[in-house]
Amino acid sequence: MAEFTLPKNSVLTKGLTFKAPEGAKNIRRFEVYRWDPDTGENPRIDSYELDMDHCGPMVLDAILKIKNEVDSTLTFRRSCREGVCGSCAMNINGKNTLACTKAIDFHPGAIRIFPLPHLPVIKDLVPDMSNFFAQYASIKPWIETQTPPPADSERLQGKKDREKLDGLYDCILCACCSTSCPSYWWNSERYLGPAVLLQAYRWLVDSRDENTGERLDDLEDPFKLYRCHTIMNCTDTCPKDLNPAKAIAEIKKLLVQRKLG
Amino acid sequence: MEFRTPLARARGLGSAKVGTTHWWMQRVTSGALIPLTFWIIIFLDLSLNAPYQETLEWLTSPFNTVCLVAWIIAGFYHAALGLQVVIEDYIAAEGPKIIAVWTVNLGFLLLALIALIAVFRTLLIG
Repeated sequence: MAEFTLPKNSVLTKGLTFKAPEGAKNIRRFEVYRWDPDTGENPRIDSYELDMDHCGPMVLDAILKIKNEVDSTLTFRRSCREGVCGSCAMNINGKNTLACTKAIDFHPGAIRIFPLPHLPVIKDLVPDMSNFFAQYASIKPWIETQTPPPADSERLQGKKDREKLDGLYDCILCACCSTSCPSYWWNSERYLGPAVLLQAYRWLVDSRDENTGERLDDLEDPFKLYRCHTIMNCTDTCPKDLNPAKAIAEIKKLLVQRKLG
Repeated sequence: MEFRTPLARARGLGSAKVGTTHWWMQRVTSGALIPLTFWIIIFLDLSLNAPYQETLEWLTSPFNTVCLVAWIIAGFYHAALGLQVVIEDYIAAEGPKIIAVWTVNLGFLLLALIALIAVFRTLLIG
C-alpha cells in the first residue's frame, strides 16, 4: 500500500556530532543515517566532520574513513570499491548511486547519506535485499533450451546477436534503479522493478535462449510488468548509465507484437 | 512466524497472463483522442457561442456525429483504463481494490451510455 508518511518508529531524530580534528583546514560534513535494531530507538542522523586533506576522493573513501578512524559502529556494505560489485549502493544527497564511484566533490557542501529507499533496513546503511534477489531468481536468469549443446563446441552466437546484450549484461544488480522507482515503492511485493525487468529482457533477447514465449508468459501481468509507468527514475539514477526504462519498453513491444503482429 | 521463502513470496500466484490489451488500448485510445480533442474544442466553441439550432445542424452532419460518438467512447474508455491503473497502484487491499475498480468501470460505462443516449436523443428529437 502506498505510504505517504513515515511510521512513528521511523521518524528521524538528531544524532551525534563528531567534530573534525584540531587544525584541519579542509572540512566536509557527512550526515549519515544510523539505525541500530538492538536499541529499539528511532533512526537518527549522525554528523561527521572529516578532514578532506586526509581522505580519498570518493564518498566510499569518506565512509571508510569514518569507520576506520571516527566511529567503528557505522555499518555498511562494500566490496570491490570500483563499481562492479554493486554492494555500496546507497542514497547520496537524494540520489541512489554507488558510494565508490561518486566523487565527494560532485556535491557542494554537506553530504547526506541514507540507505536505499523503501527497503527494510537491517542496520544503518544496510537494507534487506531478499525480496529483490528473490525477484531476480524468479525470472530464471539462466539460459533455457530444449536443443542439447553441440557435442564439440559451445553454443555459438553471432556478433550482431551478441551486441544486443550490450547495456543489459553490464547490470550489477545494485538495486539503485528499482529502489528509485515510486511504482516499486508502492508495489514491490508484486512489481518486479526495473533491474529485474532489465535482466528479464537480457534473457528475452539472448539468441541462444529457446524459452522466449514462456518468459513472456511469466511477465505478462498487470503487476509484474505493467506497474511500469515510464517514470524514468531508473534510467536517471543508474550508476552504470544503463537504460532499464528502454528494456521495459522493449518487453512491452514484444508482448504487443505477439498479440497483434 | 512466516517460514515461506522469499522466492515463494516473489513468485506469488504467478502471472495473470493479461495486461497487454489493457496497456495497448490505453495507448490506442490516447492516440485517437489527440485529433478528436482538437475537434471537440470546435464543438465546445459552437455549443457555447453559436445559437442552439446552428450547433444542432452542424452536429447532424455524419462526420461530426461520428466524431462526437468516437470522442465519447474513446474518452470514457481511456478514463476507465487509466483510473483502474491508479487504483491498482495505490490501493493494496484486495477487497477495496476490486470494489473501486468495478465502481470506476461501471461508473464510466454508465456515463458513456448517458452521453451516447443524450447525443442520439438530441439529434432525433432536437
